[in-house]
Order: sequence, then C-alpha cells, then structure tokens
Amino acid sequence: MSVLAPTTTSPEAAGNRRALVEQLHDWVVTVDHKRLGIMYVVTGLVFFVIAGAEATAMRVQLAWPGLHVVAPETFNRLFTMHGTTMIFLVGIPIVFGFGNYLVPLMIGARDLAFPRLNAFGFWVLLFGGLLLHFSVVGGDGLYGAGSAPAVGWFAYAPLTGRAFTPGNATDYWNLAILVTGVGTIATAVNLVATTLTMRGPGMTLGRMPIFVWVMLTVSGMTLVILSPLSAAQIMLALDRYLGAHFFDTQAGGSAVMWQHFFWFFGHPEVYILMLPGFGFVSEIIPVFSRKVIFGYATIVAATVSIGLVSLSVWAHHMFAVGMGAPLNSFFALSTMLISVPTGIKIFNWLATMYGGRLQFKTPLLFCCAFLFQFLCAGLTGVMLAVAPFDWQLTDSYFVVAHFHFVLVGSLLFTIFAAMYYWFPKVTGRMLSERLGRWHFWLLVIGFNLTFITMHVPGILGMPRRIYTYQADRGWEIWNLVTTLGVPLQLIAVLIFVVNVVLSLRRGTLAGDDPWDAWTLEWATTSPPPSYNFDAIPVTTSRRPLWDLKHPDDLDGPHE
Amino acid sequence: MRRRGVLICAFVAGLPALGAAADGQGPTPNMFAPVSTPAYAIREIAFFVLGITGAIFVVVAGLTLYTIIRFRRRAGDGPSEPPQVYGSRQIELAWTVVPFLIVLVLFLVTARYIWGIERYQQPPGAVEVTIVGNQWWWEIRYPKLGVVTANELHVPVSDPARPTPTFITLESADVIHSFWVPQLAGKMDVIPNKTNHVWVDPTTPGTYVGQCAEYCGLQHALMLLIVVVHPREDFERWVAAQQAVARDDPAARRGRELFASLACINCHTVRGTPANGVFGPDLTHLMSRWTIGAGAARNTPENLRAWVDDPGTLKSGALMPAMKLSRRDLDTLTAYLVTLR
Repeated sequence: MSVLAPTTTSPEAAGNRRALVEQLHDWVVTVDHKRLGIMYVVTGLVFFVIAGAEATAMRVQLAWPGLHVVAPETFNRLFTMHGTTMIFLVGIPIVFGFGNYLVPLMIGARDLAFPRLNAFGFWVLLFGGLLLHFSVVGGDGLYGAGSAPAVGWFAYAPLTGRAFTPGNATDYWNLAILVTGVGTIATAVNLVATTLTMRGPGMTLGRMPIFVWVMLTVSGMTLVILSPLSAAQIMLALDRYLGAHFFDTQAGGSAVMWQHFFWFFGHPEVYILMLPGFGFVSEIIPVFSRKVIFGYATIVAATVSIGLVSLSVWAHHMFAVGMGAPLNSFFALSTMLISVPTGIKIFNWLATMYGGRLQFKTPLLFCCAFLFQFLCAGLTGVMLAVAPFDWQLTDSYFVVAHFHFVLVGSLLFTIFAAMYYWFPKVTGRMLSERLGRWHFWLLVIGFNLTFITMHVPGILGMPRRIYTYQADRGWEIWNLVTTLGVPLQLIAVLIFVVNVVLSLRRGTLAGDDPWDAWTLEWATTSPPPSYNFDAIPVTTSRRPLWDLKHPDDLDGPHE
Repeated sequence: MRRRGVLICAFVAGLPALGAAADGQGPTPNMFAPVSTPAYAIREIAFFVLGITGAIFVVVAGLTLYTIIRFRRRAGDGPSEPPQVYGSRQIELAWTVVPFLIVLVLFLVTARYIWGIERYQQPPGAVEVTIVGNQWWWEIRYPKLGVVTANELHVPVSDPARPTPTFITLESADVIHSFWVPQLAGKMDVIPNKTNHVWVDPTTPGTYVGQCAEYCGLQHALMLLIVVVHPREDFERWVAAQQAVARDDPAARRGRELFASLACINCHTVRGTPANGVFGPDLTHLMSRWTIGAGAARNTPENLRAWVDDPGTLKSGALMPAMKLSRRDLDTLTAYLVTLR
C-alpha cells in the first residue's frame, strides 16, 4: 500500500489523504452490491494468501522424511486452519462475491433485494474470519500465543470434546463457523429473493444467464445445508459447555452422528463452490468461442439436478465408518449418478467450442486448463465412489490430491478465468495479457507437478494429516516432487497480484464491452454507476447484446 | 491422437508398476501389492474402474484437444461470427444415456464387491482378535488365546485350500482412529461407542505395515501398526510364548521391585506380577516387540531407557508421563524391562 502514500505534504497531497479517509468511510458504510462484491472477493484473496502460506509451510515440512521444520502441534494447526480458511473464508466469499457483483447486473436490476442485509452478511462473514484467526493469539486464554485449533477442518467428534481438546482453540473454530454461516445464509436469502423478484423487463427465468441460474441453485442449496451445520455447531457448543452428550462418546453420545451432520453440509458445499465455477465457464467459453452456449436448457437442468442429487451423496465420505453394505451401496450409486449431469456439462462446453473461432485470451486459457483438470478430478471422483476402492483411497494422499484437483485445478482456475474476464467491467481497465500468460502457464505447470504427483503416495499407503513419515516407505521422492511444484504456484500468484496492481494504475482502458460479449453487464459503463443502468435494459432473448449487434439474426426464434 | 491414447493407457497400466519400483527396499504399504483376499478384491475392482475411467479420459481429453487445436482462430478468419448452433436433442440425449449405462454397470459391480467383502462369513478355523485404538497406540487382544500385546499384530498365514482368516473386532478407547494395512484390506474406522469388523487372510508370510488413517490428535503420525504373518507352526509357537507369564530373572530382582513400587503399575500390566494397569500397553513380553511408542523408536535398551526417562523426547505429547527417576534407578529399571522377553 506504500505506493498510495503521498511522499510530500503539499496541500494537494493532504487533500488526497482526506479523500482517502472519506473513500474508506464510503467502503465501510456502503450497501452497493458491487462494492460489497469487490470486498467479498478481496477478503477472499487476502485469506487465500494466508491459507496458501500455511499450505507452503506444510509442504516444506513433508518434503522429506523426518524433517523438523514445524512442530507436530503446529503442523496439526496448519492443516486445520488451511482447510477451514480455504473453504469458509476463501471459496465462499469469492463465489458469493462474484454472485453479489454480477447477478443484479446480469438480470437488469439496480441492486440486490435487501442491500442492508447484504452489507450485514459481508461484515458478519469477515468478523467470523477474524474470530477464527484471533484464536492464534487468544486460543488458550491470555498467554496462549500460537494455539489455533488443531481438530482438522471437519473436526470429528469426539476429538472436539473438552476431554481431548481443552482450552478455547476449538471454541474459536466452533463459533467462527457458526458466525460465517450466518453471513452466508443472509447472502443466500438475498440472492434467491433478488433472482426471483428483481429481474428486469423481458428477463424471464428461461432467459437468465447460466451464471444466474447457478447462483440461484447454489443459494437454495446453501439454505438447506448450512442450517444443519449451524445446528451441529450449537450442539457441539452445548457439549463443550453445558454437559450435553450429543457427540460425547464417553457418555453414550454418537461420534458418527457428527459426521452425518458435517458431511450433509460438507459435500453439497463442494458443489456450492464448484457450480459457480461451472457458471463462469458457461459465460466465458461462448464469448471466446464466438458461439452461443450449446444446449442452454440441458445445462440449466444439469445444474439444478446436481444441486438436488448433491443432497443425497454425503455419506460417501463415510464408507470406512462401517455403515454396512446396503448404505454403502446406496451412497456409491448416488455419488456415481451425480457424475452424469456433470459429464453432460463437459460435453456441452465442448460442443460450444466445437465449430467456433477460439480466441485464446487469458480467460479462455484458464477455462481450457479447467476442462482437462476437471476431467481428472471427476474421474478420480468416480474411483472414490466405488466404495471398496474408496476403503483404500479415503483418508490417504490420493483423496487430498483428488479434492485439490476439484478446488484448485477446477475452481481456482475458473475463478482466475473470471477475474481476467470481469476485471475490465469492475475496474474499467484491462489486465495485462502478457502477465496473464505467465500467470497461467506457471500455475498450470506448478499445479500439475504438485497435484498429479500427490496421488501416488496415497496409493502407496500414505495417510493424510501426518506431520512426518518414515524414510523406508518409498514415499519420499513423490513428496519431494509435490513440494517442488509449490514455488511455481507461488510465483504465478505473485504475478497475478503484480498484474492487478499494475493494471489498476495503467492498464489499457476497457470501454463498456471489451470482449464483444452478450450479457447485460456489458451494456453499461465500466465500472458501472452505482445505479447500474441509466435506463433498465429490456431483455429480448438469452443474449440481449447479440440481438442489438445482429438485428438480422435474432436469438429469440431459436429459444 | 492415437499415440496420446497409448501413452495414457501406459500410464494407467503402469501405475502399479510405479509402486513396485518404489517397493525396492522398505516395506511400502502399496495397495496394488495385495497379499490377502479383501485387498486382492479391491485391486481387481480398481483395475476395472481404472480401465473405464482411463477410456473416458482418452476419449474426452482427445476430443477437447482436437477441438482446441482445430477451432482456434486463424489469421485468415474474417470478422464475421461462426454459425450459431443452439443445441441438438439427439446428441444431448446420447451423451446423457451413455453415462447412465456406464454408471449402471459400475454400480452393479461395486455392489457385488461391497457385499462380497462385507458379508464374508467367518469359517470355523478363524483367529479372533480385538484391536483397541488408543491415543496413540494399538492394543491387540486375542480373547480366545489369552494373549495381550500392542502395536504388532501376529496372524497365521491362510492357506486358500483350508482358509484360516483372522477376524478383527475394532474398538476405540478415546477418539476415532482407522485401521489400515493396505496390503491386507481397506480401511475400517475405529470408533468409540461403535464396534466394527474387518477380516484378513494373508497368503504370504512376511511383515506388512500400516498406520492410523484417521486424524486422532497430536501424534496421529506416530501410530504404526505392524502385521507379522507367520507360517502356522510359527504362529502357534508365538502364541505359546505370549501366553506365558513374565519371566522372573533373579538378576533383575531389584528392577522388578522398583517397577512395582512406582506408578508404572497403575497403567501397565506385567502378567505374573502385581502390575495390572490397563491404560498403557501390556509389558509382559515387551522385548518381543520391534518398536517403542507405536513406531516412535526402535526397541533397543538405550531407546527404552530414554523413553522411561521422558517419553516426550521420542514422541512429544505421549500420554505416559516422564517418571523423573535418578540415573541409577533408570538403569535398574531398564535392566529389568529388557528381561521381559
């Protein structure tokens, strides 16, 4: 931020400084969905850097057997904070931030349905994140520096009981999840209400951009699954402080019940994060292929059915719990079924690109890498759905590699695609294509080096969440290569940060519609005014801007 | 494209070989090197799934690559837009139905293997073992044989013609652990307030390693489980040795008295002496085990002495307290412990 600090105290600079304070004040009190969207995304990126640093420390510790880079208890805190932060404070704020920013613009609305609730949701989520991180200094009371929670991001009972995790670190985790959940529920309610009631003239449900359909689905799912998670957190708090015995096995409670509660949230949560990624891709691929999305109705149907089926797959995280053959078979089937709508989407994206004129700008590059990496993620997902195979793979490094293919190789790549695609709309300036290419290629190489390799130690019997391992297991070379991919990814992210900072100051001006795109957000200025549109645009088809640009070849008759 | 496909097939087929290469020296717990029926069955279905997913990967990745290369914008392309194709019911139906059929086949095969492994009936000659997960070690009991040991499971080899599998009952004394010896069987969680079962029938004598596979607190990483598969007669000899009470070596009398006078006996059992604690591992035949602290260190007299002095130096957070003994007492006590063969 030093670049912003004035070097002299001229009257002009003093004026700037006052303006800066006023600007900050504007950001704090804003109820504008665009500013809140930006704050969500920036919050997510800041936590992303923190969680990335935690991951780096873990990879250094595991690079070779028997290292002592971090203490065992520190390692356990690192993976707990890394997982919790990435899911609740990086994934959720970024996807809901994009939803916040884009949904009103895409449906031709001036703001979300409840702007104040929106601000509340953001600040509560941020507060929850700060609460979690405050545990680092306050987790065991006044003198408990460095005592972040160490129960893992899914915090299995009864390890979370006071008998096994005394002190307050687990309470910070418990309360932080509860609090961020309140913020997320508020935003989800808002997005559902906005989509259902605030669409501009002509914007029927059947004409909504696929990203809006995705956010509607995801918000609906959020309402269904975050409530049980919050209930479980309250039960855990009761266990810890009021002697309830929900999960207290010493007193007859059930450890398995926590897992059902947690994964009933936890697995749909993966889709809550991943579906917006599909939404980004469904918006970006058509524009850079110069073709309409292939099979709009099918993609929407696939999105909604993923949302529904995802509510019935949770116990595939529990194949090794001893649920018995009938339940294991049921959850194997439901999990395999969800690969069908997911596969349909891949085929539809491919068909959209097929016969197009692909412009390999940075957003499309990220989408292409996503297609390959998501294919791998999906196929290892099918392997994990085969319960007997899962008995070997679960809780090993194979599963760690699998979900990083989903959350990094797929979600993060689509998020970067979205960043490059919508940055001109949000800031009025383009990101540098040259730096974008460096960012892309370094990330692709680094990511694959790390995470393709990571599957192997899992197959060779390496469990997850161990802070060290013996030298004679044949795991060392794989772990070393896995760690070697990390610096490449760090440099890639650094290039992205540099790109954002430089482009904000002297990127080329974007204009209203730099990509020659077709959805309503490109019909207003970049950045859009606080009221979004001078006049609310009338939607004539699924691609209103295509109709404007091609009056002789309207979209409407094809719908 | 064909060459790419061949490469991918080679990768998929080479995966087990890859593990075998890493297998060179140490005991790599490679799931693709099974020695027991459940692990064999899992490898079988794994190959089946790898075949299907490998084929899907080749087709879809090939199509993607072709599309990306074939339809990239070229210098000669004019400003006009390509033909707009809005969809095709037949094509979309095809790529919906085909995945459904694949899923159906995959599910039927999966269900068959789930039932086959989980519903296997215990034959009369089976050995029964109860394993109790503790933070951070395994208690191993043979209720019918009257043997109690820790961290090292001994089982007889099972002849396919006359199977003598080992049926294991899993219980936990504290938090959730997970039993996983990849070459013998898949994971089964070890859950407090819940009894789980797993069975193995190793066909090859040898030593196989596994470790706790569910995060169970501070020392989850140091919770080694060694499985020794004996030929039948060796197993019976091992059982007989373990059934015996602790040997009473007159030379270590002072150490034994010291042991009995300390808090050691509150947690440890040494059969044949007053020590009958149950919180820690049974020490009756301590020196028959290879490691101390579930893989924290090799079981040598020096390490044993260091462990008794302060377990935290070998395994920080271990629940056994440092006994704060004088050096002479330490020597005396260690001299006694090494007689517990």
